[in-house]
Amino acid sequence: MIPRDTASDRQVTEPDPPISIPQTRIINEERERPQQRGHGVSVKALNAYYGDNRTIKNISIEFPASEVTAIIGPSGSGKSTVIRCINRMHEEIPRARADGRVELDGTDVYDSRVDVTHVRRLIGMVFQKPNPFPTMSIFDNVASGLKLTGMRKRGLRDRVNQALRSVGLWDEVHDRLGTPGVALSGGQQQRLCIARTIAVEPEVILMDEPCSALDPVATLRIEELIGELKERYTIVIVTHNMQQAARVADTTAFMLDGELIEHGPTAQIFTKPRDERTERYVTGKFG
Amino acid sequence: MGAVSPETSPLLAVAPRDRRRRVVNRIMEVVASIAALAAVALLLLVIGSVVVKGISALSFSFITQNPAPFGQPGGGIANSIVGTAELVGIASLIAIPIGILIGIYTAEFAPSWIGNSVRFSLDILNGVPTIVTGVFIFGLLVVGSQQSGWAGSVALAIVMLPIVARSAQEVLALVPRSLHEAALALGLKRWRVVLRIVIPTAAGGLVTGAVLGIARVAGETAPLLFTSSVFSNLGITTSPSQALPNIPVTIFTLSESPSPTDHARAWAAALILIFMVLVLNIVARTFHDRSRRRLRG
Amino acid sequence: MSVTAQPASRGPLFAGHSKLSDRIGEPLLRVLTGLAALAGVGVLVWIAYTVFNQASPAISRFGFGFLGTSAWDPVHLRFGAVDFIFGTLESSVLALLISAPMSVAIAVFLTELAPRVARRPTQILVELLAAIPSVILGLWGIIVLGPFLNNTLEPALNGAFGWIPLFSGSASPYGMLSAAIILTIMTVPIVSSITREIFDTTPSEFKEGAYALGATRWEMVRMVVIPYAGPGIVGAVILGLGRALGEAIAVTQVIGNTAGIHASLFPPSGTLAAQIASEYQGATSNLQVASLVYLAAILLVITVIANAAARLIVSRVTAGREQWAP
Repeated sequence: MIPRDTASDRQVTEPDPPISIPQTRIINEERERPQQRGHGVSVKALNAYYGDNRTIKNISIEFPASEVTAIIGPSGSGKSTVIRCINRMHEEIPRARADGRVELDGTDVYDSRVDVTHVRRLIGMVFQKPNPFPTMSIFDNVASGLKLTGMRKRGLRDRVNQALRSVGLWDEVHDRLGTPGVALSGGQQQRLCIARTIAVEPEVILMDEPCSALDPVATLRIEELIGELKERYTIVIVTHNMQQAARVADTTAFMLDGELIEHGPTAQIFTKPRDERTERYVTGKFG
Repeated sequence: MGAVSPETSPLLAVAPRDRRRRVVNRIMEVVASIAALAAVALLLLVIGSVVVKGISALSFSFITQNPAPFGQPGGGIANSIVGTAELVGIASLIAIPIGILIGIYTAEFAPSWIGNSVRFSLDILNGVPTIVTGVFIFGLLVVGSQQSGWAGSVALAIVMLPIVARSAQEVLALVPRSLHEAALALGLKRWRVVLRIVIPTAAGGLVTGAVLGIARVAGETAPLLFTSSVFSNLGITTSPSQALPNIPVTIFTLSESPSPTDHARAWAAALILIFMVLVLNIVARTFHDRSRRRLRG
Repeated sequence: MSVTAQPASRGPLFAGHSKLSDRIGEPLLRVLTGLAALAGVGVLVWIAYTVFNQASPAISRFGFGFLGTSAWDPVHLRFGAVDFIFGTLESSVLALLISAPMSVAIAVFLTELAPRVARRPTQILVELLAAIPSVILGLWGIIVLGPFLNNTLEPALNGAFGWIPLFSGSASPYGMLSAAIILTIMTVPIVSSITREIFDTTPSEFKEGAYALGATRWEMVRMVVIPYAGPGIVGAVILGLGRALGEAIAVTQVIGNTAGIHASLFPPSGTLAAQIASEYQGATSNLQVASLVYLAAILLVITVIANAAARLIVSRVTAGREQWAP
């Protein structure tokens, strides 16, 4: 298992702990700490634009630590845009911009003192289509984020192996780590991308319809993995698959036309939605 | 939300390494921008030199008069302008129809392996040094005869052919298959489909290739050096059975001369040539962009 | 080559509709276009045949020893190609050593850095560099670049790095350095435009994957864009090399056209193409002409190999793209 790395670690140690702290020390501190606190994300009055077109309209929502939050809604409702605003991937699109606050542990990711690359290391992202780097081996794919932080050799190998174990790929690929990542099956590729994301030990993992390109067996495998990962990471998953939301999420948010209609415990959203539009959507009346 | 100190927020914690990464990124961005700027600056530097040095020697009579007899000052390059027009004109009459026919062949009739081989051969032909093309035509048409406008034109046509043909192939491949099939389904024979539908649809792109080919050969010197470079008189020559004076060879000869007045004339001729070539290129690009947009929809 | 017409449909359904114009037009277009394609391919073979044929007096006289002989003496009829082969390779490789990294940097600027509105104009300006006729670039080389090298750059290089053989000796307005700079200017637009096209094919999924891991823009380019384009960049550089190897006019204007191999970049030298361009007209004997054509034959072989290799690499890269796309 990958040792948990939380803000309390950072408070007592130096900045940038995921790279510089030796494994053993984290494990020791892990043992000393009685309870996990985790890192939630709160979105406050978020607006997002493509050119002059406002696609996210004044959304405020809390993503509690160590929980899985699903965002559901019809296509074009702005689900993906919301999570792309959380790790500031939204601004990579030409003419796209956002305003409002997205706070990780109380600090706004859009704060001028915050470096965007730092935001993305702390808030990892898994994409709709598996996107392992085509020129890299399985090992190098998982190591790619770690190498950016300067990790080399032994420490690097340990972290890559741990990440592969965490996503259940180790047994399947440990004897061919040098082969290209793109040679794996679709489901394996997506788990490889999750391994790549958790290898840098983020606080939050954003998943943008991670199973939409996968077959049912691979989907099930990823859903199980999400269940395991939520003990250590705050997870936000965008999905158009309501059954998936019901299976994996602790709380579910429903979006429509760029607005947040309702957010509550998953069971309540699917059985006793408060809003009529939510009810129509979850009962399949539109979408 | 109150201010958060760096000690408590992982977002604000910055390792020395991150600072270095940011600096490296900035440096590389600056280097890339400088490289692009340098290329544009080089273009402006060369064109600027030509304009500044050429404009002082350029006059109306430089364009309309023939060169002065040897040893006398003054005179223009009217004979070279006419000769270049003639050489390029004949070369175009040879290369453009053949090039477009090749494009039609690979787009409409050729099995894919033949199409690929033709494409590959044209790319290789395009890579043959133009001085070698000149040597080839010299051996073929000049040895045992004499330099002539015909020989020069054929040499230029060989340089032009792969440019026209490759661009025709590319633009014809963009004509939507559905358009073809609709016409064929109406019972039209393929040759009628080609002439009535495919070529009109791709016309803009075909013009682009032709204009680019013309722009390229208008400035070519090497193929003419052995085929149309020794002139029997200083007047305007119209018969292509004699060597035709032309702008590139004139610039070349003047540039090799030690005399500053010859250099001034070379710059003025260069200004005329570069103006023609740049205008042709800009025309070609405008056609290109417009036809691509139309074909891609 | 299948240029013959396919048998027309003779079914009863169509029998009455077969127009005379169709019976002529259809095969005519097939034959015409097929012949044109044949001519396009044939001219390549014809060039090779004619050049080798014209060179045959020199080939039979000097054999392959020509390739390794350092001599160019029209008076005593002793000819060899090694000086010019060396000069050709040196000037072209030097040019590409500068233009290849510069072109990759330009391609990065055009695909990742430049503001969207500035991309197309900048790209057009860079590509227009390729449109400048080489004779004009050579004129610029003689009158602007040459004096600058002779009076400023070469003395400065000699002063700072004179202990390196490359920068030793006295300055000269004509020489290897001048040729290499002119060839750099000629190859930048070629290499950068192909590299940019290949960079543009990098799927955004991979770029986003790198950004999502916290990569800076440069790290993203280094992790994703350059490796993905790697073989294509090699192909583009070889294509630029092909252009540089074969350039005759601009090089003959600035290189000084003398045989001889020098350690320094400053003194006048020669290349295959430049030597042909400078001596062909003034050749005094048939053997000298044949020797010059022999140089042309060597140049033809080198450039055909370079271009074939480059095209195969570039087409393989662009063909292999689908299997990589996620």
